[in-house]
Amino acid sequence: MRLNRRDALLSTSAALLGTLLPRTVFAQENPRRGGVLTAHLGSEQRILNPALRASTGVYLVTSKIMEALVDLDAKGSPSPVLATSWEATPDGKTITFKLREGVTWHDGKPFTAADVQYTALEMWKKHLNYGTQLQQYLEAVDRPDQYTAVFRYSRPMPLNLLLRALCDLGYVAPRHVFEGTNVLENPANTAPIGTGPFKFVQYERGQYIVAERNPNYWRKDQPYLDRVVWRVITDKSAVAAALETGQIQLSSYNGLSLSDLDRLKEDERFEVSTRGIEANAFNNTLEFNTRRKELSDVRVRRAIAHAIDVEFFIENFLYGQGKPATGPIPSSSPAFYPGGTAPYPFDKKKSEALLEEAGYKRGPDGTRFTLKLVPIMNGEDVPLLATYIQQSLAEIGIKVEIVQLDIAGALTTVYRDWNFDLATGWHQYRGDPAVSTTVWYRSGSPKGAPWTNQWGWQSDKVDQLIDQAASEIDPVKRKALYGDWVKAVNEEIPVWMITERQFFAATNKQVRNHHNTPRWDSSDWHDTWIASS
Amino acid sequence: MRVLLLALRRLAASLPTLLIVLIGLFLLLQLAPGDTVDALVAQIGGGDPRMIEELRRYYGLDVSVAVQLGRYVWRLLQLDLGFSAIYGKPVADVILERLPTTLLLMGSALSFAFAAGMALGVLAAQRVNRWPDTLISTLGLIFYATPSFWFGLMGIVIFAVNLGWLPAGGIEEIGAGYTGFRRFLDIAWHLLLPTLTLALIFLATYLRIMRASMLEVMNLEFVRTARAKGLSPGRVISAHVLRNALLPMVTLIGLQAGTMLGGSVVVESVFALPGLGRLAYESVVQRDLNTLLGIVFVSALLVIVVNFLVDLLYARLDPRIVG
Repeated sequence: MRLNRRDALLSTSAALLGTLLPRTVFAQENPRRGGVLTAHLGSEQRILNPALRASTGVYLVTSKIMEALVDLDAKGSPSPVLATSWEATPDGKTITFKLREGVTWHDGKPFTAADVQYTALEMWKKHLNYGTQLQQYLEAVDRPDQYTAVFRYSRPMPLNLLLRALCDLGYVAPRHVFEGTNVLENPANTAPIGTGPFKFVQYERGQYIVAERNPNYWRKDQPYLDRVVWRVITDKSAVAAALETGQIQLSSYNGLSLSDLDRLKEDERFEVSTRGIEANAFNNTLEFNTRRKELSDVRVRRAIAHAIDVEFFIENFLYGQGKPATGPIPSSSPAFYPGGTAPYPFDKKKSEALLEEAGYKRGPDGTRFTLKLVPIMNGEDVPLLATYIQQSLAEIGIKVEIVQLDIAGALTTVYRDWNFDLATGWHQYRGDPAVSTTVWYRSGSPKGAPWTNQWGWQSDKVDQLIDQAASEIDPVKRKALYGDWVKAVNEEIPVWMITERQFFAATNKQVRNHHNTPRWDSSDWHDTWIASS
Repeated sequence: MRVLLLALRRLAASLPTLLIVLIGLFLLLQLAPGDTVDALVAQIGGGDPRMIEELRRYYGLDVSVAVQLGRYVWRLLQLDLGFSAIYGKPVADVILERLPTTLLLMGSALSFAFAAGMALGVLAAQRVNRWPDTLISTLGLIFYATPSFWFGLMGIVIFAVNLGWLPAGGIEEIGAGYTGFRRFLDIAWHLLLPTLTLALIFLATYLRIMRASMLEVMNLEFVRTARAKGLSPGRVISAHVLRNALLPMVTLIGLQAGTMLGGSVVVESVFALPGLGRLAYESVVQRDLNTLLGIVFVSALLVIVVNFLVDLLYARLDPRIVG
């Protein structure tokens, strides 16, 4: 038996589990009022309105300023924020939210069902990425009284799907600020007005964003922090330095390089962990363009998958941060995860046999055929994996040419021009397969839509399973349908989910009550505080 | 009067160049795959086609390239640089916001490099082929050959992380609310490391040029004459050699000042400074055409102005050169 990095990582995560216990001790400590929490922001944001833009960069900042109807609690179940309770009719077409009373916007106006109605119809349904898909069958939002919003759908909407999705796609914007203006050009998109625990103060482009304590916050006596500051730092090495000098106390979503994460794990001052980011799993992917004759043969796709030693890659390139994926639904999503093992374990002999069987013999120079690989630069590991794929496939006689492009270029090349044979990037799972994942497999996405099925691949069975699961309101049946679906797409692999990974955050241990919910970095931080040093 | 006339002639000659540069760049950037909406969609992790179409319309990308170019030139003729896609405000404002940081950083780095390069160059030339010369030349070579990000990161690791003497990045303390002299000190404090990092590379060039130029001038006849009439070695250097050896240095500063507005992507990224270099880089990655063209426009203007000033300065240093 060899003790590898992954085992070491497992044992450290066990140790981290151990730190969960001291967390309850922290909770007994008296929260200290005051102080400034400075967090890292990796990229400049064009707008700061989570009702128009669903992205982690936007959430990192705006989730402290604006609030959603619901959020996830420590156990990962939807918990009340602006909505206090919810119920669905048996046909699944009508979902009623009771809203919190006595909440005011930062400008003093009261929060009511009119805000929810307006945001749902004018922003979520019309502009919000992923929201437009989620709400495509939303017909109307009624408001029988000031604090009740009734969502009416033309097709059954599974309540669990909606609630899970609304944690990200359910931020409410103030109707009185946006109504009658051009929604996309409203100044409140960069100077947000919300109901959250912190009020927006300033966005100094290229430098920082500041928010300060909202004294009228509806959770009595909270938040504890006086201010939250986000520092824009684009260079990953500089982030580590800022963390070590105390300029920032927190960097999440792999804002640090893999090697710095690995190094700071040993540092007493910081907690480096995936705790509190469980809701955002992601995969390294390999997309096949099945318009290419060789790749239209499932045996060739399987041969390619068998040729890549995923464990080796994770060990040596990812510092052990991850594991081989068992399919497109990650194991961190217990509501849908069907279990199982990695469908294509490393087996070069089998790989060669499959290629022979498919009729692609090695030529005189040992090459069977040549493929063009486009890396989609989601993260620092993507070019590494591209090179690793290139080397692995060379051994089974497939020559790979890597086409280097920046991310905008790669997306256009792959998704709009279909000018690729293989592509590799990330798939980000967003809590429910219907929100983020089935579009990678469902046929019928218009040409050019990124991160959708543009592989020239279609299966009636898969399409059917996806549609059925999306409107199945019984959670047990829904999970079973997704189980069948995972089996079907694993078999066919139009896209191969190579690794299953979690984002890491590095947090200064002075910060208390941090990462105590599954999407903490994108939550409101109402109970977060800083211990005096 | 003659100067003014010269300036006007220069400007008239530069305008077509400026226009060609901008139009050329505009067309060149069309060759880059993907537009600003693709970049945005990449940043936010996807979106559906309806939203993407909507955004293209919003950014004016739903029309043909010719129409986009026409619109751009028409706006430019009205001295309007357009709207920045990343920042959602006029490009002129975005650039003006970044200008002070860039000018401060580049200005102080260039001045330091010029002064130190000159001093070290003179020193090396006076002790040519002896150990001070060897030491200075070797150092110069090391500075020149080492990438600036490495210097920057090492500086941060040593002075910020390990010793804790200097801040790791940023232009000033956030939310400290300093004003007046205190703020000036704070900014100087923050700019110390980045200025040094950036200056070291320039310094190497200045040093080499100064040394070579000094050596050349020292062998000229008028220097021998000066020595023969009994001037002290220090006086020979300061009054006769230095002034004549400075000409190539002025040429160099003219050339480098032109690149000043471009900023330094690397140093600005490593030290998290809000300068024009990072802005330009971000504009390319985000395919923010208007902002990028705006930066090119402003840089080109600066090059024209600086070269004009350099010409005037030449005439001052060496009356034989007439503009």
